[in-house]
Amino acid sequence: MTLSDGRLEVEEIKVEIDGTECTGPKGSTILDMAKAADIYIPTLCYDPRMQPYGACRLCLVEVEGARGLLPACYAEATDGMVVKTTTEELERIRKTLVELLLSDHEMECQGCTKSGRCELQELANRYGITESPFVGEKHEYVEHVENPFVMRDYNKCIMCGRCIRICREVQGVGVYDFVNRGFKAIPGTPFDKDMQETPCEFCGQCISTCPTGAIKARPYEGTGRIAARDMLRNACAYFKMSEEDMMEALGLDNWVTRTTCAYCGCGCQLDLHVIDNKVAEVTSPKMVGSGQGNLCVKGRFGYDFIASDERLTKPLIRKGKKFVEAEWDDALDLIAKKLGAIKKKEGADAIGVLSSARATNEDNYLVQKFTRAVIGTNNVDHCARL
Amino acid sequence: MTNTIDDLEEANAILVIGSNTTEAHPIIGLRIKKAVMQNDCKLIVAEPRHIRLCFYADRWLQHMPGTDVALLNGMMNVIIEEGLYDKEFVAERTEGFEELAEMVKDYTPEKAAEITGVAADDIREAARTFAAADCAAIVYAMGITQHTTGTDNVVTVANLSMLTGNIGKPGAGVNPLRGQNNVQGACDVGALPNVFTGYRSVSDAEVRKEFEKAWGVELPSEPGLTATAMIDAASAGDLKAMYIIGENPMLSDANIHHAEEALNKLDFLVVQDIFLTETAELADVVLPAASFAEKEGTFSATDRRVQRVRKAVEAPGEARGDNEIIADLSKRMGYEMANVEPAAVMDEIASLTPQYAGISHARLDTGITLHWPCPDAEHPGTPILHTKYFTRGKGWFCPVPYKAPAEQADADYPLVLTTGRVLWQYHTGTMTRKSEGINEIDPHGKVWISLDDAEKYGIETGKEVVVSTRRGEIDIEAMVTERMPNGVIFVPFHYVEAAANVLTNNAVDPVSKVPEFKVSAAKVKAK
Repeated sequence: MTLSDGRLEVEEIKVEIDGTECTGPKGSTILDMAKAADIYIPTLCYDPRMQPYGACRLCLVEVEGARGLLPACYAEATDGMVVKTTTEELERIRKTLVELLLSDHEMECQGCTKSGRCELQELANRYGITESPFVGEKHEYVEHVENPFVMRDYNKCIMCGRCIRICREVQGVGVYDFVNRGFKAIPGTPFDKDMQETPCEFCGQCISTCPTGAIKARPYEGTGRIAARDMLRNACAYFKMSEEDMMEALGLDNWVTRTTCAYCGCGCQLDLHVIDNKVAEVTSPKMVGSGQGNLCVKGRFGYDFIASDERLTKPLIRKGKKFVEAEWDDALDLIAKKLGAIKKKEGADAIGVLSSARATNEDNYLVQKFTRAVIGTNNVDHCARL
Repeated sequence: MTNTIDDLEEANAILVIGSNTTEAHPIIGLRIKKAVMQNDCKLIVAEPRHIRLCFYADRWLQHMPGTDVALLNGMMNVIIEEGLYDKEFVAERTEGFEELAEMVKDYTPEKAAEITGVAADDIREAARTFAAADCAAIVYAMGITQHTTGTDNVVTVANLSMLTGNIGKPGAGVNPLRGQNNVQGACDVGALPNVFTGYRSVSDAEVRKEFEKAWGVELPSEPGLTATAMIDAASAGDLKAMYIIGENPMLSDANIHHAEEALNKLDFLVVQDIFLTETAELADVVLPAASFAEKEGTFSATDRRVQRVRKAVEAPGEARGDNEIIADLSKRMGYEMANVEPAAVMDEIASLTPQYAGISHARLDTGITLHWPCPDAEHPGTPILHTKYFTRGKGWFCPVPYKAPAEQADADYPLVLTTGRVLWQYHTGTMTRKSEGINEIDPHGKVWISLDDAEKYGIETGKEVVVSTRRGEIDIEAMVTERMPNGVIFVPFHYVEAAANVLTNNAVDPVSKVPEFKVSAAKVKAK
């Protein structure tokens, strides 16, 4: 059914999860319904941007009348379903699954920049695992640092396939697939090529979905204030605090600012992570805005310009062939005087103003108001045509 | 866009014409790819170059640059001849069908094939696929508008959409993709020479009265000059001063040499920007402005979705927000602006703009999705336009015959040059070219040339060549590729050291005043 304003009407269903009645659109999975009702079900191979995969089995739940346990990410909710997300058996299964994953995983989280945001670490903390009871051979891969954007450390890979699936399903490119077999299997590139030798678009969608530190954004790794960021996140993991709570406790307000991308007209939502007045990382919130957490190479990595040394920091006034730094008062007085004189002598229509498609609505409004009300001409335009 | 970005996933067929979506609007590209890969949507790509989207397309119509009207008229000829048009929609919601049918009679697929270079049967099949879909969307960008026939192209796109009943429903519509983060918003709030906010004419006395009352001054009634006309007026000596904010015409204008000559003629040039751009270097006064990360406000995306911009860092040095600078300057020129805090300015916009009347920072901060028109503070926004009627009531078919581009390949300049963006860079490169990683992947521009043309002119990949047109010449590295058709070359316009717009034609569309960036007669020679 189409509503009068062009929106689609969707049929609603009701299910009971852990005794809470939840409603949602028909076609939702059990996990969708639980999330909408703020009921936590652990996941690892799940990302709302992709088709459900059902591989990690952490989201198994009990459904009344169902044969066996069902993966909540995959199983469609049906009207009247009764679901239990947390039973002793389910928690025991989940703990064992995490222990198995950790049996081939470096437990020195402090050395990993993903610490504090790592989904595996979060689960290990949740189930109180400091060491895996399963002991066996461990991988020793050399980290791939061959291109400016994407770093791959397969020692931290848990084979959830999220990188493979997001590149194929969302980006439609397919740089990764499982290569090798058994213990040697990894999500690799064709013939182990460097990523710049593949059709990779460096959108970083794989970075945004990787639950561990296996795939990371190279521009946002490093020393200085970025290391400080990692230290903070490490502390968050250690104290089992959320980033927001930690930042609040430290009095670091505005650590993450939600804003809109400054490149093309898609309007992707960005989270700018700021340390010491510098943007230390750019991410995009999942399933928010039309980007849904996906970005392109410019949107994810193209922000060196904000803190560039080449930014203008003082007004400049031309003296002959050179520019001389000036005070705001002098620069603005000069402009007011010159524009005033030209308006008087040649008329307001001898002045033209170009506003900016890069500036905000508010700034553009003020510029056209200034042109029309203060200068007195309609000679105002911007680069819509260029 | 008449529809939204989210909505593209609902389409059963999408025609992409004149848009290199995956490179210029990558995130919209994702939605198109998803529709194709997961929802079984049929994708038709009409584009001279083999762009990445062609890999996902059911049908690729490789038409020559500047022949869009002929191609679309050819498709409409098939749709009408074979009775595939939406008879109910045409009867109830449109007028002028007979005139359109009469005009497109001339554009048999065979004739369209002759003009466009696309096989007649491909035109037939594309037309059938598009007409057969329940919901079919058309997506276009500057490949449609940046022609001397840009307005004709847009009207023809609208004709096709109305003919197939694809307006006012999900998964359909006419969807222009705006090239910059806030082109949509800048237009909405009146940074245009002929209209105030909300596209209301400056020549309308009633409208003017409303703004005169709000602003407390008398306002001019004559429409002003467009950006391209300003450059021409400066060149002719009629425009004496310019104030340029966050624009770089010295790279973005067609025929840069003409723009440079014009800007140099001005008595006084002010440039307000975040960098000392090529344009700022010509200025008398340069003012340091704050970047998007350093201010509060809103951007309006290409699908009319108004979204918040929030301050994350302090502006460097003495750089100031555009709002403060404008208010300060106004005061010095004898006009006191009201409160220029962004939230208050949005309230002022809302009070003077019917489409934005229900939009405020407070409302957006709740996380709500608002697509204008949003006429009051309770209104949920309007994701899909024209669901019941068009702005003028009934949709009017305006038949448009094909006209050739202003400049065509000839004996002296045997190739057609077309321009555009690449994935890695953005517009004049002011921002992206300051990014280390991006420049490692994409250090400089390249001219794309077909295998046959490369052989003909003795050109090899990686070698420097000279590309020239009647406006000028540039040195640039060659990339020989089967992705180009014979007779056409492509130069991206981001790179100052090989600026495509030294070459482009500044002939403009008579209505929209958009220059013909996409078609210039050119030649290449090996260096």
